[in-house]
Amino acid sequence: MSDTVEPTLRTEEMTLNMGPQHPSTHGVLRFVIRADGEVMREAVPDVGYLHRSIEKIAEKVGYHGFMPYTDRVDYVCAMFTNQGWGMACEKLAGIQVPRRGEYCRVISTEFNRIASHLLTVGLMGMDIGAMTPFLHALREREMINDLIEELCGARLTFNYMRIGGVAWDLPPGWREKALAYLDHLDPILAEYNALFSYNKICIQRLANVAPISAEEAINYNLVGPNLRACGVKWDVRKDMPYSAYADFEFDVPIGQGQWGTIGDSMDRYMMRIYEMKESAKILRQALTRMPDGPVLAKVVRNFRPPAGECQVRVESARGDQGWYVVSDGSGYPWRVHVRTGSFAAMGIIQKLSRGLMIADLVVLIASLDVIAPEIDR
Amino acid sequence: MEPLQIYERLKGRFGERVLETIEKKPDPFAVVDSAALLEICRYLREDPELAMDCLSNETGADYKDHVEVVYHLFSYSHRHGAVLKIKLPREEPRVATVESIWKSANWMEREIFDLLGVNFEGHSDLRRILMPEDWPGHPLRKDFVEPQEYHGISTVRESPIVRMDQQKDQHKKK
Amino acid sequence: MQGWIDSLIAAGEFGKNPPRDLVYAAFIFVLSAVVFLGVAFPFAGIVSWVERRVWARIQSRVGPNRVGPNGSLQWLADGAKHVLKEDIIPDEADARLFKLAPYVVVLGFVLPWAVMPFSSALILANLNVGVLYFTAITALTVVGVLMAGWASDNKWSLIGGIRSAAQIISYEIPAGMSIFPVVLITGTLSMQGIIRAQEWEPYHWFLFANPFCFVAAIVLYISALAEGNRTPFDLPEAESELVAGFATEYSGMRYLLFFFAEWGNMFIAGALITTLYLGGWQAPRLSSSPVVMNVLQLLSFNVKVLFLVFTSMWVRATLPRVRIDQMMSLCWKFFVPIAFIDMIGTAVWVAIWPEGNRIAGYVMFALGVAIAVLFIQRVMYYLRRSRMEMYLHPTI
Repeated sequence: MSDTVEPTLRTEEMTLNMGPQHPSTHGVLRFVIRADGEVMREAVPDVGYLHRSIEKIAEKVGYHGFMPYTDRVDYVCAMFTNQGWGMACEKLAGIQVPRRGEYCRVISTEFNRIASHLLTVGLMGMDIGAMTPFLHALREREMINDLIEELCGARLTFNYMRIGGVAWDLPPGWREKALAYLDHLDPILAEYNALFSYNKICIQRLANVAPISAEEAINYNLVGPNLRACGVKWDVRKDMPYSAYADFEFDVPIGQGQWGTIGDSMDRYMMRIYEMKESAKILRQALTRMPDGPVLAKVVRNFRPPAGECQVRVESARGDQGWYVVSDGSGYPWRVHVRTGSFAAMGIIQKLSRGLMIADLVVLIASLDVIAPEIDR
Repeated sequence: MEPLQIYERLKGRFGERVLETIEKKPDPFAVVDSAALLEICRYLREDPELAMDCLSNETGADYKDHVEVVYHLFSYSHRHGAVLKIKLPREEPRVATVESIWKSANWMEREIFDLLGVNFEGHSDLRRILMPEDWPGHPLRKDFVEPQEYHGISTVRESPIVRMDQQKDQHKKK
Repeated sequence: MQGWIDSLIAAGEFGKNPPRDLVYAAFIFVLSAVVFLGVAFPFAGIVSWVERRVWARIQSRVGPNRVGPNGSLQWLADGAKHVLKEDIIPDEADARLFKLAPYVVVLGFVLPWAVMPFSSALILANLNVGVLYFTAITALTVVGVLMAGWASDNKWSLIGGIRSAAQIISYEIPAGMSIFPVVLITGTLSMQGIIRAQEWEPYHWFLFANPFCFVAAIVLYISALAEGNRTPFDLPEAESELVAGFATEYSGMRYLLFFFAEWGNMFIAGALITTLYLGGWQAPRLSSSPVVMNVLQLLSFNVKVLFLVFTSMWVRATLPRVRIDQMMSLCWKFFVPIAFIDMIGTAVWVAIWPEGNRIAGYVMFALGVAIAVLFIQRVMYYLRRSRMEMYLHPTI
């Protein structure tokens, strides 16, 4: 789009509002778009519609009481936030989680990772107009929801973990059902790829849209699949192993730009598909090798960790979440902060949106896998 | 490199502008002078053996007599991290922005400005991010009192049970 | 038909000496009303129900199944609901254009039913420029969509309207050029004339007459999808970006009229392709009674058109949407050159074989059958590989 206009033709920029209620922003997000026809000059994000001051609430409800609130920080993959909070408190107080508890944590979080990625790839389909892949992905996600409901009673906001382990052990027969589901998942992913990911129109829409270089990604603190799609091989589970991840063998896929440039939307999208396969690998190993024992360490009711502060990093489905907890020795935390992957991803959208088309903005948001509650907390 | 080694290097280079190094478990941190922050951060980023190319987390906390801003730095090439803190007076907390060094500081500093009231000098776009633009006060401060109403919407809600009892009494009086 | 009316006039059914033209006009008016109201609109309504059931089965869910047996009265319920809704016209909108726009769009969908060749005797107006009339009238939708987009006083609607205008106008070119091969072969623009030039056996359809016609039929089908704002070209009403595009500000029956136009457009686009390339109403000569033959021809025509409508729904449920610049480059850089080549190729073919080439027909038919068999094999392969449990009960 050139900027040369005839002297008699007066053109104006349009200011559009992609408002907080919109079918394709992931949650309540608002963008003020300055556009020249279809091509955007800039899309300025406006967040804060889902701010619930969760961090201040932590200072009022105490350590044990905060666990259900962590579900709401990111309700699509709530197990990771549960785990992050649990790990931060355990690090402060020096509590050791029993082996079986760690394995339960890994199993529930990896299932949640698959569920979250299924939602993301389904939403990508929905956002670019293909209705069917969305419903197929949700069908698979429903099966995981059923499994997790059997495990902890809730489909979305689990509150499954406690400080010191997990709340309940695996129910009888659950392990066989979980393994049967994993057998069912592999050909489904292949079918999904054939239906949607390798479709020529999908590739045309996603490839070469908003590529991010590795230096830029690190500078803007992108994490998780977004960072790996740019070629940076960093996964907290492999490089700073926590919980039981050191016991498992799995790969860390990185973007190679085979459909366009490295770090474009297609790479970010395909990262999620590859990660689902890796999660299935981890799950098979964890389910078959579970040790026996208790699942919850003994932690006192009025939990008072010694004064200090710590930072814990958890590889959530959206990137590594950094939990920063400051304790002053009393039963209530002094300061809790969670730095989520979506918050960082929003910071880069304004810069990337220059020169994109409006249809590409939707693809960009979907490929960065932004979710509103994580941004606003 | 271990964090403590990094702090030793900083002390060696900057001397008394690295105010104290707390070796507390579980996570040791270094408190630095807020006036020297920009220089120290630039050194941390550009020194080839430290190469802190990522500002992984920047947040603040309100203590009784001061406000702190905490920087969690990380290096993807060397896989090590460090934690810096600065202490600022509560009345007029201001510090230079590190946005020129790490772009991720843009949004994180906006959040600290919004919730804690710290003024970042040199920031390209310092305005509120989570709260509405005309919100009075900074919510994460310990002495923050929620306003009674916002644009005519009351934020003080009486208990529905109390209201029910009052209505029952009114009916009884009639 | 005319003879029958003449006999009625002669028998004195309409008074002493009625002006003939007036009687003819009255009959045409009544018949048109029957066809438009009794066939076009209910078809559009029923197809909305069928579409939802077809999508649902593709998406492994059920679709409407509460209102009426298997949800077959869902469209009536939807229609009634929309009629009962509050009629909201935005304050700043241009009220006259706002109200007029849906009717212009519906006009673009309703008028072509006048030249639909349902069977050899059932055609409302046997124009000898039927195909030209058809192409001209379907372009009216552009005017209506632009009016809707502009009069809504909403920037998103404006974007939707402009996208749609660009799309429909662009795809008129390959659509029009894909009609040419058939016109070159038959030398007539009349719908009935083109159908009579084909025979009922598939290898005598114009689809298989020569390789250029085969490609032209496919280009025509894709251009028809684009003209009707169907996915993969449904940018003007791209739900996930523009809420409802040019129809965002509309509510109630005005909103539904836009979608009636879209669903009905599927039928008339399918009818065009059937007439030109799939042999129209041609049916095997099983009886000498004209009534039975007409019924068979009606059946044949409807089966072919409904198959194309089903394919259109199938494609919509499967494919994602193309971006506006990709759609334009697809049209101008890809379809227009191909349509040109088809036109010229057919012209050369007709020059070499003026009477048509039977052998080419058989060869192309064999090729078409081979492609269909390969397609079915691919589907079976994927079904086996994914080991999905299939529920084939059609009415659950």
